[in-house]
Amino acid sequence: MSQVTTLNEPGTLPIARAINEGLRAAMAADERVILMGEDIGPLGGVFRVTDKLQAEFGSARVLDTPLAEAGIIGSAIGLAMRGYRPVCEIQFDGFIFPAFNQIVTQLAKITNRHDGAVSMPIVIRVPYGGHIGAVEHHQESPEAYFAHTPGLRVVAPSTPNDAYWMIQQAIQSPDPVLFFEPKAKYWQKGEVDPSAPAAELHQTRVARTGTDCTVVGHGAMVTTLLQAAEVAQSEGTSLEVVDLRSLSPIDYAPLIASVRKTGRLVVAQEAQGGLSLGSEVAATVTEHAFTALLAPVLRVSGYDVPFPPAHLEGLYLPDADRVLEAVDRTLQY
Amino acid sequence: MTQSALTIDLQDPDPIRFLDDEGNYAPSATAAEYADELAEVGVAEFQQWYRDMVSTRAFDVECTHLQRQGQLALWVPSIGQEGCQAGIGRAAEPQDHIFPAYREHTVAHIRGVPRVQLAAQFRGLTHGGWDITDPANGNFHLYTLVLGAQTQHATGYALGQLLDAKRAAADTTLDAGEAGTATGEATIVFYGDGTSSQGDANESMIFAASYQTPEVFVVQNNRWAISVPVARQSRTPLYRRALGFGIRAVQIDGNDPLAAYAVARRFLKLARTGAGPGYIEALTYRIGAHTTSDDPTRYREAEELAHWEARDPVARLEHHLRALGVGDDFFAEVQETADREAKVARDAILQLPKPTADSMFAHVYSAAHPRIEEQRAWQARYEASFEHQEGVGA
Repeated sequence: MSQVTTLNEPGTLPIARAINEGLRAAMAADERVILMGEDIGPLGGVFRVTDKLQAEFGSARVLDTPLAEAGIIGSAIGLAMRGYRPVCEIQFDGFIFPAFNQIVTQLAKITNRHDGAVSMPIVIRVPYGGHIGAVEHHQESPEAYFAHTPGLRVVAPSTPNDAYWMIQQAIQSPDPVLFFEPKAKYWQKGEVDPSAPAAELHQTRVARTGTDCTVVGHGAMVTTLLQAAEVAQSEGTSLEVVDLRSLSPIDYAPLIASVRKTGRLVVAQEAQGGLSLGSEVAATVTEHAFTALLAPVLRVSGYDVPFPPAHLEGLYLPDADRVLEAVDRTLQY
Repeated sequence: MTQSALTIDLQDPDPIRFLDDEGNYAPSATAAEYADELAEVGVAEFQQWYRDMVSTRAFDVECTHLQRQGQLALWVPSIGQEGCQAGIGRAAEPQDHIFPAYREHTVAHIRGVPRVQLAAQFRGLTHGGWDITDPANGNFHLYTLVLGAQTQHATGYALGQLLDAKRAAADTTLDAGEAGTATGEATIVFYGDGTSSQGDANESMIFAASYQTPEVFVVQNNRWAISVPVARQSRTPLYRRALGFGIRAVQIDGNDPLAAYAVARRFLKLARTGAGPGYIEALTYRIGAHTTSDDPTRYREAEELAHWEARDPVARLEHHLRALGVGDDFFAEVQETADREAKVARDAILQLPKPTADSMFAHVYSAAHPRIEEQRAWQARYEASFEHQEGVGA
């Protein structure tokens, strides 16, 4: 028998478990919420994020699907038309592309095509990003493809508390939400407070205050930025760390306020830099805070190459040193 | 020329049919087990089907003319395929849901979608055209232009019908190998022989078979995927593929509305009572182009066209009706009504309102999205600036 572990009071949880608790709470609150994906039943997903949920809610609400990503998303669209709120798990970032057509030509546009008469309250959970030494197609950062598509909402939590709350907020959204989970941080523990969400789903968060330069990122990159800020502090430079949390829409006001204060901005991401989220953030902040900028906005990103074999990922992924190098360049202006 | 060692025979020797090529009632051996489904269909129903077909054809011709006159960006003719559409459209019950591709004009009409609304998308006024949540539109979903995408949506919808039935019965299981559940309603999805090659169409059959969804797949094999013959899509009759997925499947004469009705009726009943999905391959032919953009004389032989024109579903049903005693007056009245309604539809299409600039920004998201709101406001200010200039000039 399963053990019901609905979170009732603040506790320390890793992110994977926080999402599990968030899913449990959402399923308990609304019987229209169903989970779909490969291996999410008895196995609990390859990362165990759906651990014990099938035993608790039944195989008619936690669906182990055939091994077909387009089928998962396409079927979820039909289920949403019927009034369900499907939460789909894509097993790894690089495996979302077989479903790309259903997501960008169908899911994103259905509400618009129906003049608002049909909503698409579908969440697509995607474990994403590097740092786990995995093989090809298992550690990519495809967020920008989806943030580029009108009709989709895209978010990425970086803390257990955000993971717990943002998954529930995403499920409540009447719009489709791409929920990018930083798999490198699945086991990172932190305080989760089930009493009230700390922020709305699409709010930017200032993770650490500072005065000399703003550094912004999302997901696992936020940890790297906080590490960089620690090092910088020891060297006498004060970094303000901003966690985007939401990639579409981006909540720019707190970021622009931060840049107006510090006069400098470094945008960091694991994904390739060209035509990326970082490019968009750099352009928009420049447009709105040009007179406050003391230096060009710099991007720190993965290189514009395919994600390399795991032995090279340490060179490919921006670490605290690469962030600090960019900070140093902005300070030289 | 090298001849293939493999014989490509895409048609079974005896597809299910009740009417022969001329329209004489002459059931094939394969039709016998479906004859009961026609027991309660009388002359009045056959007359209604005939009216469905003739009126759609008249509308179809009018829309082709409108495209030639530059009033529609594109039109998708369905002439020649009205037979299976009328039979299957009339076999469905009101509670059933229908997911079309984009050539199901007869089915749309039967389910209640105003014909004028079918043209709105092709006139460039909308990406949809009717409200699928309005009961007046008969649970007929929007046309889908990305080939096969709707097969997945239909299967998901049917899965929802199944899950609803399970919830009502307090059944929390949906396990592999489980038998189906009676739902009392079903889903029909339409697509073509070309789309049968799409991954989505194949994945949807895997899901349908796996979950035993209450669903009927209808493949209108009109033999040509734009300019590419069905032999390029498959080396086996298409319905046999469905058998490989574990789905009951048959091949019917798609220009025989009686066969389409009888088989669809049976498969829908099976689906609604928990016996799982079915698949109908309707052998038919589009007499015209794929769309008004192509020229079928570049890829099809005149003899082939003539062969199929001689098996026209409208003529065959007319022959059957005459054998049942229906006289000239009826046929004259139906044609006259169809022509008149087509003219009315033409005028109404030309009068369809143009969308406003502001509507472009609506319903992208269900709640305000800052970037879109910013662009909506900018567009409004930009437009207003021209109005101001005109005002100054005047």
